[in-house]
Amino acid sequence: MKHVSAVAGTAAPSRRKGWPPELNALIGLIVLIVLFEILGWILKDQSFFFNKLRLSIMITQVAVVGILAIGVTQVIISGGIDLSGGSVIGATSMIAMSFAQSSVFPRAIFIEQGWVDLPIIIPILIGLAVAFTAGLINGLLVAYVKIPPFIATLGMMVTARGVALWYTQGQPISFPTDSFKAMGAGLMPVWIFLGIAIIFTLILKFTLYGKHTYAIGSNEAAARMSGINVERHLLLVYTIAGLLAGLAGLVLTARSQTAQALFGVTNELDAIAMAVIGGVSLSGGRGSILGTAIGMLIFGVIFSGFIFLSVDAYYQNMVKGAIIVGAVALDQWRQKRQAMAV
Amino acid sequence: MSDVILKTVGLTKHYGGLYALEDADFELRKGEHVAIMGDNGAGKSTFVRQITGVEQRTRGKVIFNGEEVAFSGPLEAREAGIETVYQNLALADDLDVPSNLFLGREKILFNLGPFSILDFKGMKAATEAALKRTAVKIPNLGNTIRNMSGGQRQCVAIARTATFASKLIIMDEPTAALGVQETAQVENIIRQLKANGEPLILISHNMRQVFDLVDRIVVFRRGRIVANLKKEETDGQDVVAYITGAKTGIEYGDAA
Repeated sequence: MKHVSAVAGTAAPSRRKGWPPELNALIGLIVLIVLFEILGWILKDQSFFFNKLRLSIMITQVAVVGILAIGVTQVIISGGIDLSGGSVIGATSMIAMSFAQSSVFPRAIFIEQGWVDLPIIIPILIGLAVAFTAGLINGLLVAYVKIPPFIATLGMMVTARGVALWYTQGQPISFPTDSFKAMGAGLMPVWIFLGIAIIFTLILKFTLYGKHTYAIGSNEAAARMSGINVERHLLLVYTIAGLLAGLAGLVLTARSQTAQALFGVTNELDAIAMAVIGGVSLSGGRGSILGTAIGMLIFGVIFSGFIFLSVDAYYQNMVKGAIIVGAVALDQWRQKRQAMAV
Repeated sequence: MSDVILKTVGLTKHYGGLYALEDADFELRKGEHVAIMGDNGAGKSTFVRQITGVEQRTRGKVIFNGEEVAFSGPLEAREAGIETVYQNLALADDLDVPSNLFLGREKILFNLGPFSILDFKGMKAATEAALKRTAVKIPNLGNTIRNMSGGQRQCVAIARTATFASKLIIMDEPTAALGVQETAQVENIIRQLKANGEPLILISHNMRQVFDLVDRIVVFRRGRIVANLKKEETDGQDVVAYITGAKTGIEYGDAA
């Protein structure tokens, strides 16, 4: 038997593994913190970062959108997009809250039916059921009806917001039970975010689900040819994204101790921006939960930095817009550079 | 004739009024490497697509491994043991080498349905073994396909066919997009497959490559097989004559 050998890689020297985009985001985060720290000492004569209260407010503020962003991240990695998250937060918040009211409030929505002071598990399950339905519909539309994800989830974004507004004709719902409040009290949102982030990091790294999510986002045709049931997988991806949006809605409601129909407006864009800033590629196949978490912290630092420096709130939205566009521009540039490098 | 791995009888494909493939009778024995040649649009790829179930034939029979088969899709063909390396590589650019080799048939450490935990060690070891079988050396298996050269990618795509106990490998112009050195690598893999006794159908336009690698050359012209030539009994000029239509095999007289 003749032995022959081929050494692949002599033609083009194999390149080192690229600079991970998460590292870029981390550097950005550190630069921002240092910047605000310096400005803080110059303008306010105090530290920005080394302030326990400010830090805890900063992290709890972004943690809710962070939970949403984890769901959005895995959708983007699969090559799709989910614009419905913010509205799903609103719908979940309203419907769940109506089952979480305390009997101390005489005008509670379901007081006649006696559905007050219910155990915490009931509003949670109802809220998650609402979010599950929204995610499932997104998934069915994208995977089986073959509607582009942008359009399908845009439809859900409008519809779910409609549900949130219709539910009480726009009236807020308040007076939750103490046990429900506890879900959003103190640093609870942060712990919930951390738990979800760790679980999904592990899922994306070590399970079939993760591997197939990256594979579909990377080359859907190849994934299909390899025998992956792309439709079923995408259905799962969008349903999970819906569930995480619902969880974000529940935490936000508990933290605010009220539900408002306009909860979560533009949060879907914040979530997408967090992911993209953290190195998740909008063309799919690349990114990580860690990156999104860093993106989330960048958001947190910017907003609490602006408040700290008493910058007018209007500027915040302008900067936010610039960050979103900047992050996508960065993503495009990265892709172009990578395409040229091959 | 138990040593015949693939046989087609009267294989025909019409696209509406276009007769892309007419009455193709073809035979491939175990361990044999056969090249399919012909001009563009001669029916080479159409022929392969009918076998692998990418398209459904108009009529005719495909007998694979002694059984008549009709694959509903390329996946079914693959499960039956026919591995195809396509012109456009079916690889996921953002995954590493073992992930691509095992895409869709991952090794599982712990079964949890869609959230099953992957056996990375097992897949890496099997990948190394497969690369050894095909004599491919890829420096860093953990590297993503995106960071590899065209030749390395093609090697991964081919190694994939060798990872699983395939009964027949089909390559559709595997070196069409590659440079000289990379082509040599792929050709070495094909020689290794020959040495391992794995049957192969090679679609190629490269005369030198075909004469270097295969035992037999089948020429297609305008949807028909016009020649079935043993390598030793023919030469490049002869093959070109069949491809262009200057000559037609005696047994295929009606095809002219």
